[in-house]
Amino acid sequence: MAGLMSRFTTLFKVKANKVLDKAEDPGETLDYSYQKQLEMLQKVKRGVADVVTAKKRLQLQTAKLEESVVKLDGQAKQALAAGSEDLARTALERKALIQGQLQGLDTQISQLETQQQNLLDQERRLSAKVETFRTQKEVVKAQYSAAEATVRIGEATTGLGEEMSDVGMALQRAQDKTEQMQARASAVNELVDTGALDDLTAPAGSDLDRQIAQLTAGNQVDAELAKMKAELAGGAPPAQIGAGEEGSAPAAAPADQEAKQ
Amino acid sequence: MIVRILEQGQFRLGEDQHGRLNELDNAVAAAVAASDEGAFRSSLKALLDFVRDKGERVADAELVTSDHVLPHDEITLAEAREAFAGEGAIPG
Repeated sequence: MAGLMSRFTTLFKVKANKVLDKAEDPGETLDYSYQKQLEMLQKVKRGVADVVTAKKRLQLQTAKLEESVVKLDGQAKQALAAGSEDLARTALERKALIQGQLQGLDTQISQLETQQQNLLDQERRLSAKVETFRTQKEVVKAQYSAAEATVRIGEATTGLGEEMSDVGMALQRAQDKTEQMQARASAVNELVDTGALDDLTAPAGSDLDRQIAQLTAGNQVDAELAKMKAELAGGAPPAQIGAGEEGSAPAAAPADQEAKQ
Repeated sequence: MIVRILEQGQFRLGEDQHGRLNELDNAVAAAVAASDEGAFRSSLKALLDFVRDKGERVADAELVTSDHVLPHDEITLAEAREAFAGEGAIPG
């Protein structure tokens, strides 16, 4: 029974041979191969740069979403303090949604991290092999006719072809993965931008912002009125103003969070 | 004997390891045939770990052709099955 190993060996050799398609003139073969190797090395470097860029984008997005979480949390508390449980619930629901997105992003970032490291390792190996090839190529070119040189460096050429094919497949995989992640990231961005996820975090003017602002303002008016009434009635010296306001609010918060789950 | 694990490089193993390598490889093939995801993951890991443990890394600057090529750890069962289907002319 043919195992996985023989299957992959066959498949891989087919790919490696495609990479190794050579120029007609044996005299040019070695230089041509070397040229291809350098090109591949450049591609790998660009591939690494692309992965790094994609990772940075995801990290920026993470930071943005984390800000949203903090802000929504604050808004929920404010809403609750103002006695608007519905509003607090909405804020907490959106917060949960964003936290879900954040978890996905964390996984993706760590996957990109691994991929970046892999590509760097492969770049290092390929680079060392290309240098070996260059040295051997110069030696055999100096000592043998072009046709002979090609034969003598045959193992080195196939060895490198194999390496390049492997790196090529890895690059393709990295590219596919980054594209997927970018597509997902921009889908999340779109949600955020169109407000489906968090128009709550827009700097100003969102519905929730306005409602909370109104409630808070109303609250302040009430508090001021109450204070004024107390002053008028008792003539007591006006002291710590904010104390009463804060004292009444937090008690309701945990209850709402539980109700939500 | 030189074994390449895709994306991880080449390893040099003694010829005496060939029997064990085949056994481990057949276990992976069986898991693919049975579409058993759990068995596939564990048998693939066993196979790759064996190569990484028993094999000696080929130096970066050394240029050799591999006798065998193995997929990387993250290959999916579907991808492995596709590899079998790709050239399915030789039934077991």
